[in-house]
Amino acid sequence: MSDLLSKFDSLIEQREKLLESGVTDPFNLVMERVESPTVAICNGKRTILLGTYNYMGMTFDPDVIEAGKKALEEFGSGTTGSRVLNGTYVGHRAVEDALREFYAMDHAMVFSTGYQANLGIISTLAGKDDYVVLDIDSHASIYDGCAMGNAQIVPFRHNDVDALEKRLNRIPSEAGKLVVLEGVYSMMGDVAPLKEMVAVSKAAGAMVLVDEAHSMGFIGEHGRGVAEAQGVIDDVDFIIGTFSKSVGTVGGFCVSNHPKFEILRLVCRPYVFTASLPPSVVATAATSVRKLMHGADKRAHLWENSKRLHGGLKKLGFTLGTDEPQSAIIAVIMPDLETGAAMWEALLKEGLYVNLARPPATPAGMTLLRCSLCAEHSTEQVGEILNMFAAAGRATGCIQ
Amino acid sequence: MNQSDDTFARVEALIEPFNKKSVAITPDTRFQQDLEWDSLTVLDFVASIEDEFDILITMNMQAEIETVGQLADAVRELSKR
Repeated sequence: MSDLLSKFDSLIEQREKLLESGVTDPFNLVMERVESPTVAICNGKRTILLGTYNYMGMTFDPDVIEAGKKALEEFGSGTTGSRVLNGTYVGHRAVEDALREFYAMDHAMVFSTGYQANLGIISTLAGKDDYVVLDIDSHASIYDGCAMGNAQIVPFRHNDVDALEKRLNRIPSEAGKLVVLEGVYSMMGDVAPLKEMVAVSKAAGAMVLVDEAHSMGFIGEHGRGVAEAQGVIDDVDFIIGTFSKSVGTVGGFCVSNHPKFEILRLVCRPYVFTASLPPSVVATAATSVRKLMHGADKRAHLWENSKRLHGGLKKLGFTLGTDEPQSAIIAVIMPDLETGAAMWEALLKEGLYVNLARPPATPAGMTLLRCSLCAEHSTEQVGEILNMFAAAGRATGCIQ
Repeated sequence: MNQSDDTFARVEALIEPFNKKSVAITPDTRFQQDLEWDSLTVLDFVASIEDEFDILITMNMQAEIETVGQLADAVRELSKR
């Protein structure tokens, strides 16, 4: 009998080697208690959270919690059904209404996760003879959506407008074309040149989908994302988003002005063949989305935090993913996985949690310590974070 | 394999800048095992092939191409269209 798991032997070996060195397993951390959007207890130690995507700090918002409790009591713990059967409650409609208002768009469709939103929309839009043109650094959910729809996949170099245009022009003119872009790329925290990319895509007759998972709530005048900030949101056909970052719960969505959009509810398999979100989750999401419409002060503080951390880390001598802060993600580039794991552990001992990111999630085989800031990080906390990076960096030899 | 055109030679020339280990190129040279290219190198190399021949090699096609000879054949086929 051949062991189907033997294909993972090299990864098992790499992990064993890493853990033998005595380092704490970076992919096995347990949060014992969570005190706030920015603080948790890990291994009995108070730890500042700097790797949660909880950009707007909505997870402990009193109104959000209250809405969730009320829905839990009134509608029960779960729907036990698909959106197209018994799984659509008033709360699901209410959160879709909130999204339509938030984005000022005609249609909104809520999925059980952000991953499923990309999987469902991309696989349903682009079939076997259609072309999906995507940035090589696209999220796994985008690639999986292409594979599930069996579309022709045409990758182009990260954020390269000319490379995108050249490829678009080589696709047969009569073929269906979907260009898939992200507002903020989550590994390096850099922003896409959407203005130019959307323009060349439209000129080539392609439809455009933008994943704004990492920009919702704080980029753009109304927090609608990078497409809004760069003035091209009206030319974007589909926006994909998530509730598991700025919104502070779980779920995914697509918003659009396409007149035929509603038919997708009947033909999109990851929407149809799974249970809908629990009533408490959609209630917390709706409340949070509506509060994010008025989050200008929090947005300003988040940007301040991002600029301060970026500038501070640069000054300490760390190599960062972007020259200037472009989002609430700041990626610290590590020379290799061993150093990255040692630095990650040293930070945890100091009382700071960041994400250790490694291939295949990262571009170009890089190991990253990825930091995501929260609007609820105080100015003092950002100071503490910088001190911890200084101490851990010196202890591990990452900086002088 | 059709040796009568210069496609193989042009492909070989485009491999050179990425051939960091100076592997001798034959039609049977494999991109992954012999040249040991990572995904970013593949992307840049495919882009240079696409630009040279003004064709499009989708990821779906790339998955079917293991050797330099197979690539030259695919390029010939795509150039006809």
